[in-house]
Amino acid sequence: MSMPFYVAPEQVMKDRADYARKGIAKGRSLCAVSYDDGILFAAENTSSTLRKISEIYDRIAFAGVGRYSEFDQLRVAGVRHADMKGYAYSREDVDAQSLANAYAQMLNHTFTHEMKPMEVEILVAEIGDERAGDELFHILYDGSVVDEDRFSVLGGEADAITARLDESWADELDLGAALRAAVGALAGDDRALGADDLEIAVLARSNGRRKFARIEGEALTALLG
Amino acid sequence: MTLPFFTPDVDPGPDFAGLLRRQGRDPETRIADAASHPLTIMHGTTVVAIRTAGGVVMAGDRRATSGNLISHRSMEKVFPADRFSGVAIAGAAGPAMEMVRLFQLQLEHYEKVEGHHLSLEGKANQLSQMVRAHLPAAMQGMVVVPLFAGYDLQRGVGRLFEFDVTGGRYEELHHAATGSGSLHAGTVVKIGYRAEMDPSDAVDLAIRALFEAADDDSATGGPDLVRGIFPIVAVIDADGYRRLEDDEIRRRFEGLLGDLSPSNTRGSADGGARPDQEVER
Repeated sequence: MSMPFYVAPEQVMKDRADYARKGIAKGRSLCAVSYDDGILFAAENTSSTLRKISEIYDRIAFAGVGRYSEFDQLRVAGVRHADMKGYAYSREDVDAQSLANAYAQMLNHTFTHEMKPMEVEILVAEIGDERAGDELFHILYDGSVVDEDRFSVLGGEADAITARLDESWADELDLGAALRAAVGALAGDDRALGADDLEIAVLARSNGRRKFARIEGEALTALLG
Repeated sequence: MTLPFFTPDVDPGPDFAGLLRRQGRDPETRIADAASHPLTIMHGTTVVAIRTAGGVVMAGDRRATSGNLISHRSMEKVFPADRFSGVAIAGAAGPAMEMVRLFQLQLEHYEKVEGHHLSLEGKANQLSQMVRAHLPAAMQGMVVVPLFAGYDLQRGVGRLFEFDVTGGRYEELHHAATGSGSLHAGTVVKIGYRAEMDPSDAVDLAIRALFEAADDDSATGGPDLVRGIFPIVAVIDADGYRRLEDDEIRRRFEGLLGDLSPSNTRGSADGGARPDQEVER
């Protein structure tokens, strides 16, 4: 009978984490910024069909970076989770926190028990009636959850973008200012991103029951200024 | 509640009812025993839909009855199905409300999972399948007959669909009515209807139709001035579904009252006695 080689658990975890991080770093980054009327999402994405940002429920949105097929699976599971919960209880009972926990549990399980971790980083965002009720849950490939305030950055270049956003972000930005801050931070100093390179969406308090809306085409070009 | 994950062979796709079934929550009304227990359940009644220039008008009265009793005075029977369509129901109230709720979720779920919404035709077919799935319960007396109407974004016109208990789906080009007062309401609409009607005229016609239905059908509720309860009227056009305010319905109803002097209505105010016949006491 052959014995498998002993590999220290620390090594196993480190290898998996490296693998996941490498996969995530291949794709472009994404950020979510809190502004006066809600939360703005900005992603570098040249495709107008393979979305990184999408609607989950009335007040909840999802964003993911990394391997598309994997975060899209997570997105669909989130929509199902939310719709099931809203059907079983009521629309008000659907919240981002329980969804974030469900994602964390799932990602953690995959990270520790499966051959391959998921090469994704996701964001679950919810807006409240007031700015204070806004929530940003940033969930990593291993299931760790970070509850963020002001803004959240996902992807391989997160550190550099966070540093840039730290400078440009201010309290009570309006939509246009928040958009320009987010896009400027994603682009950096050496290049500019146009409407065709971007996927932009908002969760806006001023919208009706379904707060999620995409900003595209001429409206986006106008806001970019 | 854990995250619902499926292997590709059992994945329900964008079908919300399918998802519920996979999760062990059967969305359909099941009948325990054959015809042995005729139940007295709540019934909702008359709804109408009228095609207009650029859209559709839907309206429904507010009364629910259990046998000969009025069980609810402010029931809603006209609902938005999604942004560009509406559904109106007549029949057994419980299953009908559940059908609407499931239908609304079905459309929204599809839109979110797939990233784009169903065509109007697709929505009508979805509803038709739900009515058909309800047939066993309908055979036990819990009949649900909806009307579905919406603005077809691809064709740029309003369209409306009628259903029968078997799930049969019939597109109507002009107008439709269903429920216990539909004979009267339908006749009023039929007489007052003109092609390419102005939406505002169609709203008045719908209100009149419901008033006449309430006049002759005990299960249809008329405007209730004491409690301030008025029919629900919704307009669906290129801007989407919009329910009219109660105040506007009240104003339009008061306008209608002007046309309804006793000489204009059937039967007379003094209890049916005519000048040439003395009533014997």
